[in-house]
Amino acid sequence: MPKVNGYRRQKPTQEVPYLYAPYASTVLRSPQQPLVVLPHTLSEITGPLQGHEAVRPNDNDLTRQHEGEPQGQRIIVSGRVTDADGRPVPDALIEIWQCNAAGRYRHEVDQHDAPLDPNFSGAGRTVTDADGAYRFVTIEPGAYPWGNHENAWRPKHIHFSLFGTAFATRLITQMFFPGDPLLPLDPVFNCVKDAKARNRMVSSFDIETTVPEHALGYRFDIVLRGRDATPMEG
Amino acid sequence: MKRIVTPSQTVGPYLKIGLEEIAPLGSQDIPGERITISGRLLDGEGKGVNDGMIETWQANARGKYAHPEDFQDKQTTPGFTGFGRVWTDPEGGFRFETIKPGPVPWNDVAPWNDAGPWKDTAPRNNSDNQAPHIVVSVFARGLLKHLVTRIYFQDDPLLADDPVLKTVTDAARRETLLAVPDSGNPGAYLWDIVLQGPRETVFFDC
Repeated sequence: MPKVNGYRRQKPTQEVPYLYAPYASTVLRSPQQPLVVLPHTLSEITGPLQGHEAVRPNDNDLTRQHEGEPQGQRIIVSGRVTDADGRPVPDALIEIWQCNAAGRYRHEVDQHDAPLDPNFSGAGRTVTDADGAYRFVTIEPGAYPWGNHENAWRPKHIHFSLFGTAFATRLITQMFFPGDPLLPLDPVFNCVKDAKARNRMVSSFDIETTVPEHALGYRFDIVLRGRDATPMEG
Repeated sequence: MKRIVTPSQTVGPYLKIGLEEIAPLGSQDIPGERITISGRLLDGEGKGVNDGMIETWQANARGKYAHPEDFQDKQTTPGFTGFGRVWTDPEGGFRFETIKPGPVPWNDVAPWNDAGPWKDTAPRNNSDNQAPHIVVSVFARGLLKHLVTRIYFQDDPLLADDPVLKTVTDAARRETLLAVPDSGNPGAYLWDIVLQGPRETVFFDC
């Protein structure tokens, strides 16, 4: 019988819960039955390998997708995608989306009383290089109110979507900004108990990638699941 | 030194800005039995989830994944990646057209693979194959992490020997994993995803 090298599971404190009452939308959307533990099979260690063919020029520069430049602070978001053992994840598609500098998404459901920016769509994609590195140019998103609780505001964030190497490594997360005063108040960010794990989602200001006279640099490294120990024959 | 994995966060209500729908069959004529799967994504009050997203991953009709780690001596299908993505509509409905996947092999899971919670319940059965199935990820506002489930086919003869289905011992719960043929509509299957409640779908710790 063939052997399959699966992916490691997280410690429960480093994992996000499904039911987290402070985030009100989880209450009716979280399963109540325990999850059934699934061993990784060929179906889970394979997965969609979307790569370079999905990306067009300027897809990684959200400030150059329209005739004019968008309003807001221009930033460069870059980093590396590795697995939990530090191995780079090359040729991996990264898709991002975000609101504009005023805190408004270009989406029919977003009715926040803040202006849309005709020069900003808020979507980008790129592919990691051989070392797992990636880079986006965009503008700093604004904070915005949401109806979760009285006077609730989401901290500034950018949504990140990655596939990694397998169905089991699929990750959609959010990148936050260092020192954002809204972070301690945000139930989405605080759903992760372990502070170290939670802070994985906070980027750091980076003078090395800051471009003089042009844009501030933020570094955001992303860690995907690592493999189980290599199977021994026999 | 192991690194801590970046935690998941919800896709929120605006995911359509960043993630496009992807039809599993694309524009090409893919060999295999054409099927459609349609249903609704429902919350704990039975209401349709209108801002959800469903991703599917499957083998081709021969049971071969388009991925370098598929060790089987079978051919992939040019133009068929095996990946699909649909958004839910205002009533929580979704529908996608694909080809029925072939059976894929089962594998030895012990003791080095997923020892731990799986160890005591691992099916030590003599099955070589898994019944044809599509693996599914469900994303939505209110889901801090995507949910993982599987679509099996109620009329498939290999169901009884499927090692994963066997671990779901409650028959009523097991049925939530079965897409049901839509009578009088050849190739059409019906399959709902219920996030919570008495008809709750079986979700996997994957």
